[in-house]
Amino acid sequence: MTPTTAPSSAVRLRSRLRGLSMHAIIWVVGAMIVVPLLYALVSGFKSTSELSGNPFGLPRQWVTANYTELLASGTFWRQVANSTVIALATMLVTVAVSALAAYVFARFAFRGREVVFTLFAIGLMFPFAVAILPLFILLRTFGLLDNPLGVILPQAAFGLPMTVIVLRGFFRNVPAELEEAAIIDGCSAFGFFWRILLPMARPALATVSVLAIVTSWNNFFLPLLVFTQPDWWTIPVGVQQFQGQYAQDTARILAYVVLAMAPALAFYTVAERQLIGGLTAGATKG
Amino acid sequence: MAVSVRKSAPGRDAASAPARHRRAARSRRRLRERATIAAFLLPALVLFAALVLLPVVFALYTSLFRWGGFGWPDEFVGLDNFVRLFQDEVFLGDLWRGFVLIALSVCVQLPFALAMAVLLNQRLRGRAFYRLLFFAPYVLSEVITGVLFTMIFAPDSGLADHIMDAVGLGGLGIGWFASSSTVLPTVFLVMTWKYFGFHMILYLAGLQSIPKDVLEAASIDGAGAWQRFRYVTLPLLGPTIRISAFLSVIGAIQLFDLIWVTTAGGPVHSSETMAVTMFQFGFKRYQVGYASAISVVMFLISFVFALFYQRYVLRRDLEGAVTSMRGRR
Repeated sequence: MTPTTAPSSAVRLRSRLRGLSMHAIIWVVGAMIVVPLLYALVSGFKSTSELSGNPFGLPRQWVTANYTELLASGTFWRQVANSTVIALATMLVTVAVSALAAYVFARFAFRGREVVFTLFAIGLMFPFAVAILPLFILLRTFGLLDNPLGVILPQAAFGLPMTVIVLRGFFRNVPAELEEAAIIDGCSAFGFFWRILLPMARPALATVSVLAIVTSWNNFFLPLLVFTQPDWWTIPVGVQQFQGQYAQDTARILAYVVLAMAPALAFYTVAERQLIGGLTAGATKG
Repeated sequence: MAVSVRKSAPGRDAASAPARHRRAARSRRRLRERATIAAFLLPALVLFAALVLLPVVFALYTSLFRWGGFGWPDEFVGLDNFVRLFQDEVFLGDLWRGFVLIALSVCVQLPFALAMAVLLNQRLRGRAFYRLLFFAPYVLSEVITGVLFTMIFAPDSGLADHIMDAVGLGGLGIGWFASSSTVLPTVFLVMTWKYFGFHMILYLAGLQSIPKDVLEAASIDGAGAWQRFRYVTLPLLGPTIRISAFLSVIGAIQLFDLIWVTTAGGPVHSSETMAVTMFQFGFKRYQVGYASAISVVMFLISFVFALFYQRYVLRRDLEGAVTSMRGRR
């Protein structure tokens, strides 16, 4: 874009101005992202009475009570643990079940395969909200309310379509010779799947796992309905209830919001590549 | 094999024995393959059928009844729920608001995301960091985002009003979430804050797959920066844009968490969405049949939209991919 051979000073000036204006735009947008987050972080260190009079500046007095009381209360940790357990279990069920199905869709030819696969693909179009009411009644009938399985299994079921599609795409690219060689060496279908295909698919598995974890971690609608008792509340449900409970204590709520954001953002910085890879792959194949 | 030949019953035609055995072995293998397919597919099918398909079918069924949600529905009312639905001003409002949010997303949020993607596709210092930053809100849950912005847009005491005061616009007295005329744009603002990074990431992936030599060729042919974007980049980005628009629409149709946390549909239904109305009737007023009818309409809208999109919009992409591949050869 910028001429590389002997740029005249006018051209250089223009390109520098261009670079500067591009940076200016990016900084403005970046500020829009950062300011709310920073506001929450700093406000958590203020008392609510100071917050309304001094919304911008640093706290005149750094109050750590908002954070430390939450961290010491146990409720917060309980919710982190609940969210973690549910997210990991959802991930395990989704990926295990999808991988088996994707293996069949990718490597076996049988009558009705495309019909069944299309059925799964149609599942992509079912918004969660459409099924939530009958799902709730179903779970109530089977006594799965206030039971983590009542959240884990539906989340896994709704995660299936995307996971199956992404994994099938990956499994298809594994050369058939490899499977033949394994079978000749006495490997069963499951042996090939377990000992050869899955280890080879590790990047794809990481991607769909991260996707399943993030989706589960952020889910609100289903845990809100399934968990009537606080024992199993996940972080989003906890945050919402906390907001209702301490409606006037803005600083305390913001502290809770910051603590609730921290695990997700930490996970994001670690698993950013898998997450983005999964989303772009899902979007281009979905 | 040799062992099994010797085991074959005496008196049969010896010449056909190996063939028969081969056939038997093949059918045994086919049987085993069938068993493998069934065993591998079963968990997914059961899970999917029980927790995705069954609920949707059940919603279709219960939408034909007046039903409080307990016991088996027995008061059949035919399509009454749907007739009532389309006379209900709140529900018609839901449709309108859904349409507004979709229109804003497609006409404002997506172009903005595209512009940021093009910007971050330039050689810029720190662009990996900016990409990471712009995408970060996507990993936060809608609930946390919603609670955060409820605090920021709190009337008078919130950060937004303080900023408006500081830049001298405090006199406008924008009500944000609290006024029925500004609540929808405010919701859209928060949606954009959370989701533009996601679309930007999709566009960036699309931009990076555009071969450099095509752009160079256009440049040599005398195309300016705008022409290169309009006539080369944009058409090649078509498939990505269409998919991101699709995801945006599906997301807007089922919008719930953000609304529920920030306004619960208020003030006076002015930010209510179909999912919120469904929730109100299904879980607060126990008119489950009526709420199911809303679910069904949501389902039909997304289903018809998806089919239409698949048929008329996305299919062009496949054709385009095939023809351009042939062209390249």
